[in-house]
This record gives sequence, structure tokens and C-alpha cells, in this order.
Amino acid sequence: MAEYILETKDLGISFGGLKAAQDVNIRIKKNQIYGLIGPNGAGKTTIFNLLTGVYKPTAGTFYLDGEELKGLPQDKINHKGIARTFQNIRLFNNMTVVRNVMVGLHDRPEFHCSVLETLLRLPRYFKTERAMRERAKELLRIFDLEEDRNNLACNLPYGKQRKLEIARALATNPKLLLLDEPAAGMNPHETEDLVKTIQFIRDSFDMTILLIEHDMKFVAGLCDEITVLNFGTVLAEGDTKTALSDPAVIKAYIGG
Amino acid sequence: MMKKIKWNHYINYIVIGLLTVVLSAIALAGGHFDSSMLFLLEKVAISIILAVSLSLVVGFLGELSLGHAGFMCVGAYLGGKVAALLEPALGNGPLNFLISLLVGAAVAALCGIIIGIPALRLRGDYLAIVTLAFGEIVKSLFQNTSDESFDGALGLDTPRYDKKYLFIFAFILVLITLAVVQNFIRSKHGRAVTAIRDNEIAARATGINVTKYKLLAFTLSATFAGVAGVLYSFSNYTVQSMKFGYNYSIEILVMVVLGGMGSINGSILAATLITFLNTKLATVLTGDLAVLQNLLYALILILIVIYNNAPALKSFRDRYNLGALLRKLLRHKHDPAKIKDDAAKWDVVPTKIEMNEILSIDMTPQDKKGNTGNGGEH
Repeated sequence: MAEYILETKDLGISFGGLKAAQDVNIRIKKNQIYGLIGPNGAGKTTIFNLLTGVYKPTAGTFYLDGEELKGLPQDKINHKGIARTFQNIRLFNNMTVVRNVMVGLHDRPEFHCSVLETLLRLPRYFKTERAMRERAKELLRIFDLEEDRNNLACNLPYGKQRKLEIARALATNPKLLLLDEPAAGMNPHETEDLVKTIQFIRDSFDMTILLIEHDMKFVAGLCDEITVLNFGTVLAEGDTKTALSDPAVIKAYIGG
Repeated sequence: MMKKIKWNHYINYIVIGLLTVVLSAIALAGGHFDSSMLFLLEKVAISIILAVSLSLVVGFLGELSLGHAGFMCVGAYLGGKVAALLEPALGNGPLNFLISLLVGAAVAALCGIIIGIPALRLRGDYLAIVTLAFGEIVKSLFQNTSDESFDGALGLDTPRYDKKYLFIFAFILVLITLAVVQNFIRSKHGRAVTAIRDNEIAARATGINVTKYKLLAFTLSATFAGVAGVLYSFSNYTVQSMKFGYNYSIEILVMVVLGGMGSINGSILAATLITFLNTKLATVLTGDLAVLQNLLYALILILIVIYNNAPALKSFRDRYNLGALLRKLLRHKHDPAKIKDDAAKWDVVPTKIEMNEILSIDMTPQDKKGNTGNGGEH
């Protein structure tokens, strides 16, 4: 067991001459809720895309629980234990809620069932289908979505879609959960609810969470530590209160 | 647990199965079908196999394939050739048919893999372009073969299989196709395929091996196009590559689209209807009137599409559709709130595949449109 769940070393990527991110060093301990903040275009989502394999880093590397994951394709990185949600919600819209979660369970070894077994409808097929459905329902129960399980994902209200996306990410059994602006577009009441949900996930799933957020109150109330990015570089890091009151951070946000 | 039989999952097996049993019983008991009727039955079976297999790629995977007739062509030529080569040794009995079928399907599958590996890695319309090219290439390739190999422009002669019983095999093959395609769709693997259709980026992030599943669905589809091809070569005595052009691929695509993308039963109905329509029009309109055939065919298609989509006709459609009539017949109360877990639709149909979703490559760093709304100014 490594000291840090996630450790990036001088992680960076450049698109041609544009350095979207450089020399980013983030260290997240197990069970932390870690915030990644910064003004628009600071490179926050780029970091997420690097960590999930959407982009291949052009500099540096990163380790999940001591294992280097740089250069792996997205699905392999997910199997290793990094799951994410998206800034603009990406659900499987034409599938029912329960099947959305079941897709998340797809590659868990305990639900393995080969194509031949499913085509021939061997007993294993029925067993895994039933087990997956039960597991998916359990997850939906946690997020208060069980009633909606046979609705199409696209018919859910916004807040529930966010929750479903988190449930689907958790279904892949990650070690680290990346949330990209989970509170975007939520009213204060929903945001409060979300804080509780995230804390609950941390406690009951023994999860480590890295999140991007713009709502400072949300970040200050939830995150143990943060990293502030600006123009692709780290501006400040460490304890949430200290980092947020750093003059450089205030300058970057307010200007002047 | 849920031991109740899900009728809606098996209705197509039951209907086609009963039809097969009844017709074969008549044929085997010495009843007489005239040759045009037999030919129509075979054609319908071929169309259903083609439409159901293409629906796997277009309706469930959400990729556009315009070369389905190309895979069929490969199956037809290879199957026909093997059958002709085996005829002296095995005669033209079921064994010959079976071996040709396996060879034709296997070669078509191989073509599917070879086309799929490069083409499926690309996003958007590239698969459509590549499959379109494939269909045309295959067509001209067989067109220009020598007399010793595939008989070139003259067309390959295949053994004269006893036509009286061929339709029974054809319908058994339809049932096998249905079983394979539906069992695939209604499993975790099918779920992965539909997830890719709905949101490829999310599917990747959820740990789905997108390339593997795209290739799997595409190859499965090509395999059954090959099966349909072999069937075609047995049904027609000669295989001419000109038949397998672009038009035929589009005709199969029309069956899938007309039946409702992502609906297997719809594909079956549309395939039957279109084949029937085409054949009847061809027999009714002869001589100078033959030019009207395409016109009428197009007109009927347009009317069906309007009927299916016109908002003004919605209430009419809801009241008088096949499902509602069936439910009324079986006195079955349809209450959406009472849908059991397993009965919930597998084949939820996106009426149109959202092309912009497929085409969008919005993982580019510029695309941070969500950020502007929230502002970082405070």
C-alpha cells in the first residue's frame, strides 16, 4: 500500500506550442476529499483527461496506489481503479437507469460471463445477469434512485442524472473517484444535498475523491486539501483554508 | 425470482417458428407450392436475415454500414463455389449445404474483421465510407474473375439444390439468426454495445473496451450477411455480382430504418413487407410499366415514413398500433408503472441516432463551454 492513492509527478501536456498543463504535482492520501480549482481555462479538466487516459501526458507521469498508469488506454485505467463523471453529464440516455449502472458493473471480475455463454444461454448467464441486477439495485438504493430504475436515463431530472452518473462511476469499483464540477447547475439546496452525498460516499465506500468545482463555499466546506491551477501550472496547494487565502490565488480569481 | 415468461421477448420466435412448422408440414406432406411462392419465401427469409444482422450494427451499435450487400456477395460466391466443388463428392444434399454455409459465413466474418479493425477505430461517418467502398470493390472483384475461378461477368453457377425444401432450411436459419442476435443484445455484451451507441466517451470511461465490442458486433453482423449470401446462391442457381451493388445495401438499410432502428421485430416486419412489395410489383408491372416499379416503391416508402413520424397522426398511431391491438386481444392491461424489471424494454429505440453525439469530438481543450456559465469571477 503506497502512501498516496494518487501521485502525479511533473505531469504535463502540450498541444503543439500550447502548454495546457505543466509540472503538476498532486498527492492525494487515502480517504481524502481533494479539490482542484482554478479560473476558466486553467487546465482542470485537462488534468482529469490525463488521469483517465483521454490524453496521453507529454511530460511526467502519475501513479495510482503506487502503480504507474501513464500511457494506458481509458478502459484499462478504469479497470485499475480511476472512475470519473463529466462536466456535461454523459449518461447512456436511451437505456434504463438500472442498465446504466449495470454497464458500470460490466468488467467486474465477479460478473464475468463470456460471449459464448451468453449466446448459448448457459446457467452462468442467468446467474450473472441476476447478480448484476441485484448489485445495481443496491447501488441505486443508496442514491435514492431505486424507484426510477426502469425509467430512461434521459427522462430523469438534472439532479438525479448527476447522482446516476456518480452511481455508474462507483459501480466500476474504483479506488479514486474524479468528479468534474458535480455542483454545476444545482440550486443551494441540491448543493447541500450533494455535499452530504459526497461525504457519505467517502465514508461508506472508503473512497478517495478528487473534484473540480467553482463554488468556493462548496469547496471550502468539503475538501480536506486543494490544488489551485492557473494557466496550466500549480498556483498554490495544501490545506483548503490556507491555499484559498494565498494572495496569488486571490489575485488570480479577482484580478488586480 | 422472476419466473414469469416474457412473451414480448419470444413473440418473434413463436410467430416465425409456427410459420415454419406449418409450411414445412404442408411441403413434407406432399402439398404443392408453386415455384414463385417458394422463391418468395426464400427471398423473405434472406431479407430477414440481412435486416436483423444489419440492425445489430445500425440500430444497436449506432454505426452506419453501407456495405452489407458486399459481405453477402462474399458469402454467396464462396458458398456457391464450395458447393459446386463439393457436388461431385457429396451431391447436393444437406451436408453440402451445411459445409458451404459454414465456409461462406466464415469468409464473410473474416472480411468483417479485416474491414472493421481499421475502420471502427475512426469516429463518425468513416465506417459508412469504408463499407461503401468495400461493397463496390467486392462487386467489381468478382465481376472480373476468370472463368476458372468465379466465372466473372457470366455469373457463378451453383448446384441445383432441391428447391422444394430449401425454404425450410432458410427459415431455420432465420430462427438461428434471431436467436444469436437477440441473445447477444439481451446480455451484458449487448448492453455494452448499446452503451457505446448512446455515449462512446462515457462508455470508455466506464471501462468498456470500445474497439472490441464494435468489432464483435460488426463481425457478427457480417457473418450473418454471409449466411444470407450462401442462402441466396442456393436459391438462385447463379450468382451475379452486379446484384450486390450499392442499391442492394441501401435496400437493406431501408428495411432497418423503416422498421425502427434498434427494433428487431420492426426489422423483420419491414424486411418481409419490402421484399413482398418488390416481388409483387415486379410481377404486376411488366413491359413498359416496369419503370413504374421504382417510382411506386419509393412512393410507398415515403408514405410509410410520413405515417410513422407525422405528429398529426400520433394519437391515431398510439390507439391503433400492433402492440395495442395485441394487448386488447389478450385483455392485457398496459400500465407503465407496473413494468417488471426484466420486462422493461431491451430494445428502447432512439428514433434517430443522434449524429452530432456520434460526430462530436468535444474532448478538445477548447471545449469548456460549461465553464463560461458558472463563472470564476466571484
